[in-house]
Amino acid sequence: MTVKYTPDHEWVEVTGDDGIAVIGITEHAQNALGDVVFVDLPEVGATFAAKDIAGVVESVKAAADVYAPCSGEILEVNEGVRADPALANSDPLGEGWLFKMQLSDLTEFDELLDQPAYDELVKNS
Amino acid sequence: MPETVVAPPAASTIAVDPSTPVATAPLLVTPLNALHRELGARMVPFAGYDMPVSYPAGIVAEHRHCRKAAALFDVSHMGQIRLVGADAAAALETLVPMDIAGLPAGKQRYAFFTNDTGGIDDDLMVTRLPAQAGSSDGGDLLLIVNASCKQADLRQLQERIGDRCSIQPASDRALLALQGPSAAEVMFRLDPASSAMSFMTGRLLTLGGIDCFATRSGYTGEDGYEISVAAEDAERLARLLLAQAEVEPAGLGSRDTLRLEAGLCLHGHDIDASTSPVEAGLTWAMQKIRKPGGARSGGYPGASVIEAQLADGPPRRRVGLIGVARAPVREGAALFDAAGKPIGRVTSGTLAPTVDQAIAMAYVDGPALPLDTELFAEVRGRKLAMRTSGMPFAAHHYHRG
Repeated sequence: MTVKYTPDHEWVEVTGDDGIAVIGITEHAQNALGDVVFVDLPEVGATFAAKDIAGVVESVKAAADVYAPCSGEILEVNEGVRADPALANSDPLGEGWLFKMQLSDLTEFDELLDQPAYDELVKNS
Repeated sequence: MPETVVAPPAASTIAVDPSTPVATAPLLVTPLNALHRELGARMVPFAGYDMPVSYPAGIVAEHRHCRKAAALFDVSHMGQIRLVGADAAAALETLVPMDIAGLPAGKQRYAFFTNDTGGIDDDLMVTRLPAQAGSSDGGDLLLIVNASCKQADLRQLQERIGDRCSIQPASDRALLALQGPSAAEVMFRLDPASSAMSFMTGRLLTLGGIDCFATRSGYTGEDGYEISVAAEDAERLARLLLAQAEVEPAGLGSRDTLRLEAGLCLHGHDIDASTSPVEAGLTWAMQKIRKPGGARSGGYPGASVIEAQLADGPPRRRVGLIGVARAPVREGAALFDAAGKPIGRVTSGTLAPTVDQAIAMAYVDGPALPLDTELFAEVRGRKLAMRTSGMPFAAHHYHRG
């Protein structure tokens, strides 16, 4: 299992070698947002290029775009977080996951930030 | 997702904000700045002040606590201005379409400064100070104005009525708002005289040995008090109130969601220099004596525009909207009717924590629409259905005595 990060504070977890990734927002992101009150998730079956806007996470005060970290197709979305957006705050790395993608180009995943690089980014932000 | 920039809804020491470039003016601070930081508040710039948007509990929890118990807000950034002199009320009536001359001692009224095009330059609260509050002849007025309009209001007052009364900004005072169903119990514990106050009245109180001037009013729709206190006593008073079991601190974030649920306008968003009180649905605040046919009708800026709209109806109206789905619809969203015709714009909106729906205020062109009319708000390229609604969205709980 490998977890990587985008500069936009999303985590991307690929478990096997089948190119299926789970995506969510990081602890840093949920803290910066404040109380999440609404989550706009992509359609299952929709395809995105890397950095396309795939969804939105909304707090009381602002809406924040969620980008597709890599190119691929949406396999599944988290109905749990749609029903209870506060999961994105209380468990952003677990029950607050947003959607699953079939990645079409694993080299894009390799190019994402690893843990030390992401930690450095957060430290400097 | 990108770094979120928290939008900021809308004195004595200066703090330098290390993250702002040198060319920007440093932020002002209220007397409670150190306390906010001690409590772990998330601070943002607002109207030139370093203010708490929320505390660790978060906006939603703070909002709910206000409606359930009591929330304490620091609103010391707002302007407190005393008008002194026997002619102060008559002078103020040349700037606001309200009955100020007939405002009894100890009573408070909502008011707004109008301009020559009939728009609203600022909204404010006006209290006629009772004799014990140092009001020499029972004539002094206390104005509470928006922080973002404070300097412009002062300039206007000085220019237009500075020759008729003394304009005294109270830069050495703080303002705390205690709001919620438990506020009265807390205040009674500290000064029993507070319970005799009905909604929109003001008097001197002594809370924990600290002298202050309080009004029973606020900006949340709940029962509560706004407490003016000397700057040097502010932290002590705040700590005393926070020590009461019912009280939790609340920031500007929840203040905005509370007032929106209560159907209260925010100047700079739902009302501004281009919106008339008739369009805004605020003519209830104009007493009959200042309306056409009244003994002191007219005599304020934009009266002819406002009176024409009172007679013929305004070209657009402020309405409440409730989302059919839960997606928040925010300020700036364009509105369309069922036929796809553009008909207006949203001025405030959020996912409201108490009513648990997407709510908004908007201006809609044309004649008044029936309640539950379906309109469509454009959000991220999609049209989201909303229904017109009465306001407030959450019922008021004022203590009318």
